[in-house]
Amino acid sequence: MGLENKLFESLPDVMTVKLDAVVNWARKSSLWPATFGLACCAIEMMNTVSARNDLSRFGAETFRASPRQADVMIVSGRVSRKMAPVLRRIYDQMPEPKWVISMGACATSGGVFDNYAIVQGVDKIVPVDVYVPGCPPRPEMLVHAITMLQDKIMKESVKDRRDTFEAESRLSKVPGTLPVTEGTKLEKGLEAEVAKGDTARPYSVPSRHEKRRSS
Amino acid sequence: MTEQLVGYIEALRASNADSVTEVINAFGEVTAVVPRKHIVEACRFLKESYEFDMLADLTGADRGPEDAPRFEVNYHLFSTKHYSRLRLKTLLSEDDAKVETVTGLWKTADWHERETFDMFGVVFEGHPDLRRILMPSDFDGFALRKDFPLRGYEPYSLN
Repeated sequence: MGLENKLFESLPDVMTVKLDAVVNWARKSSLWPATFGLACCAIEMMNTVSARNDLSRFGAETFRASPRQADVMIVSGRVSRKMAPVLRRIYDQMPEPKWVISMGACATSGGVFDNYAIVQGVDKIVPVDVYVPGCPPRPEMLVHAITMLQDKIMKESVKDRRDTFEAESRLSKVPGTLPVTEGTKLEKGLEAEVAKGDTARPYSVPSRHEKRRSS
Repeated sequence: MTEQLVGYIEALRASNADSVTEVINAFGEVTAVVPRKHIVEACRFLKESYEFDMLADLTGADRGPEDAPRFEVNYHLFSTKHYSRLRLKTLLSEDDAKVETVTGLWKTADWHERETFDMFGVVFEGHPDLRRILMPSDFDGFALRKDFPLRGYEPYSLN
């Protein structure tokens, strides 16, 4: 006499639904963050998964130390210039689909550390989906950022995450996302610019979603 | 307490009259200013004859581009036998900021000298592996020099 029985009676055998809705729902409901604790924001990030704030209510409590098993990178703290290539490499090692949360003032803009040692915003190195202000942000703010990211994921299209280049995939403009750039003219143009020295690309090859949020 | 420390310096001066140019006795701490060419010899003397068996710290300082000599390198010596501390200081001019390494006496000087090189650009001659330790290897400039711009030099600064 449980809820299952009631549901079972009312559920049809076959349902039609948009593929995007199902895939995005599955993705957003099981976000696995990569721990990238760099400074005091990491203490708040740890607190976010504690009993009091309990990030597992939103399906994002499984923090992984390995980038290969993670799909959200929470950059919590100031990124030093020496850490920047390391961060970029870890981002590149994460499988698609992947998202980045820039947690706190330092990760977002350099914060009070406007100096030679600190990268002035992690978005110079990796594309950022959600910025969280604060110094440090409270755990509630990180929970809010996760839920905002989940809302954003629901607006994505599966087409945007294709590995292979398809002309039409670049045209699929969904709010909050930008099309794939892997192997496209856009990226080849960028490579040429970098080769000529017109564009600075300080740390690594751009991700295929690098251009996603720039148009 | 400082009488004993000054005694070590006097012994150092007795071993070589040129090795100490100035003795600073302040706040219960004794500092000897040693010319560059005698610094390793002075360190060896204090280590072998007076049991200063530990190099607690080795660091640099920039007195500013208008000062001559501009740089100083400070050696903080400590004895684990009689628990006394002594500081040696050597002064270096800007266009010839070089000093002989003391890695032969204390292994710990390796990373301290690398840090001093990284931050001030002081070259330690004879060092086994003198390269940057804190900043990235492609970094431009020496960050703790007084004339270093806070945001770094272009194009590295990315600002």
